[in-house]
Amino acid sequence: MGAVEIPSLKATLVSGRTLGQGRGKVIGKFSEEYFRNVAICELNPEDLKSLGISPGQNVKITTKTGSVVVKSAIASQASQRGLIFMPYGPWVNMVIPSETYGTGMPSMKGIEAEVTAASDEKLLDLRTLVRHVTGEA
Amino acid sequence: MTILSKTIIPNVICTFCGSTCDDLQVTVEDEKVLSVRSGCSSSLSKYLNYNADRYLSPLVRKDGELRDATYDDAVCRSAEILANAKYPLLYGWSSTSNEASRAGIELAEWVGGVIDNTTTVCHGPTLLGVHDIGEVSASLGEIMHRADLVVYWGSNPVHSHPHHIMRYTSMSTGRFRLSKKNRTMVVVDVRRTDTAKLADQFIQITPNGDYELMCALRMAIRGDELEQDVISGVPAEKIEELAELMVSCQFGVIFFGLGLTMTQGRHRNVDVALSLVRDLNARTKFLIMPMRGHFNVAGANEVSAWVTGFPYAVDLSQGYPRYNPGDTTAVDVLVRGDCDAALVVASDPVASFPIEVSRHLAKIPVITIDPHPSATTPISEVVFPTTVVGIETGGCIYRMDGVAIMTRPVVSPPPGLHSDVEILRDILAHVKKLKAGQQA
Repeated sequence: MGAVEIPSLKATLVSGRTLGQGRGKVIGKFSEEYFRNVAICELNPEDLKSLGISPGQNVKITTKTGSVVVKSAIASQASQRGLIFMPYGPWVNMVIPSETYGTGMPSMKGIEAEVTAASDEKLLDLRTLVRHVTGEA
Repeated sequence: MTILSKTIIPNVICTFCGSTCDDLQVTVEDEKVLSVRSGCSSSLSKYLNYNADRYLSPLVRKDGELRDATYDDAVCRSAEILANAKYPLLYGWSSTSNEASRAGIELAEWVGGVIDNTTTVCHGPTLLGVHDIGEVSASLGEIMHRADLVVYWGSNPVHSHPHHIMRYTSMSTGRFRLSKKNRTMVVVDVRRTDTAKLADQFIQITPNGDYELMCALRMAIRGDELEQDVISGVPAEKIEELAELMVSCQFGVIFFGLGLTMTQGRHRNVDVALSLVRDLNARTKFLIMPMRGHFNVAGANEVSAWVTGFPYAVDLSQGYPRYNPGDTTAVDVLVRGDCDAALVVASDPVASFPIEVSRHLAKIPVITIDPHPSATTPISEVVFPTTVVGIETGGCIYRMDGVAIMTRPVVSPPPGLHSDVEILRDILAHVKKLKAGQQA
């Protein structure tokens, strides 16, 4: 019997500001509000279905830079199939490439990404994520 | 106005986003903010929670742990780090006052290295575009009174600048444009955002397609024929309709966001947007304005420009200002591993830079000056808690249209906390002593 193929989705990742992210960051970077609003990825409902998961289950976002596990959500601001959205913050930074092409600005929108279901994988809280930055985790 | 022990302070300047609304009504009692009226939900969150999670004493890393320290110890350690660094990065500045930016630039002049503000990962490409083409602009008041066509391009103000539409554009009451009926609002975006839902026309484009669409619009405005049927996901007829709408308005404005600056093309997207507006001014009156994010990011640019000649990414390591975005910008300096120390003021680079960039920051001594714990504080060598500009301390800030506004405190800070300006001046005084010793 061959290995079970995990459904995956080729997508364009756009990061951006949201009200929840803005509110969360002033309530506190280590607050539940910030974590709940920022460690997420919004997808088109059909795309979510194609991954075989329900909203709220974890997904893994992978780009050429790396990968991050976040909670999935149905896009509150409708996006077409193949477009995924993550709020600005430490979680999306895990998959954003650092090249600036001589401008000082990394590509934070319009990045090629792959999404896979990751229901069994854990979300990183901010403290653990910072340990990934320092190399302690 | 004081009712019993409560004081209601009118016309408070909001220090959340670049709109810097000046109509908050803040009720305080016993040096605590009880309620806020007229603010958006972001503003309310800020004013009601600013005191919830914060350090009340400076922290200095000892034996690998951040531990409480005296203010003097923290100043000495910071000065040592900066005075001994060969190429420090001084970063942040957009969520504090112009006075703090000015003090920061003076410190940068003494320690050398690079001083950069958060524009670098925000509207940096906008400034590069403006250097090339120039910008037709006005105050937000002018736009409120006169604009009959408002285009939000790659910007979602319902989420990023929640009262922008209500105070300055489509839903505001202007002298010559009384209501939404007198204005047309167009949104160009890759998603049907909550802002798009309020628009008279929504134009959905493919990601990274802004440059082509702007070029097509320029062609249509010149009267050239569009040879492709669909450009960046938009049918040619729709582009021609938008061109007609732009040419036939009396007073148009494009507000653009990071949808132009963070995508493929970056400053070239801004170049073409500015050129489009230049073309339009041959036919009608048209303006363009970036939607600046942090409440004083415009001020950080202005202060840097009037002191050093350049708005961001200024390298002072040679003893004179040098400006070469892509080389002297914070992300590039960090990715190359050039800098050997960093001072972070009113910013959270670990929450806003790609991980590879933050990884270098974590390897060097970082001094953080911020009112609140952030993703950057755990990697810091020294942490200064500070007062909150616009709530506990005053200072001058610039609104997104460059209008200078004086903020003022509404409550006193917790005892023992210093402002960004005081901390920077104290570090500078100590750096001067150390530098004098190094030269002796």
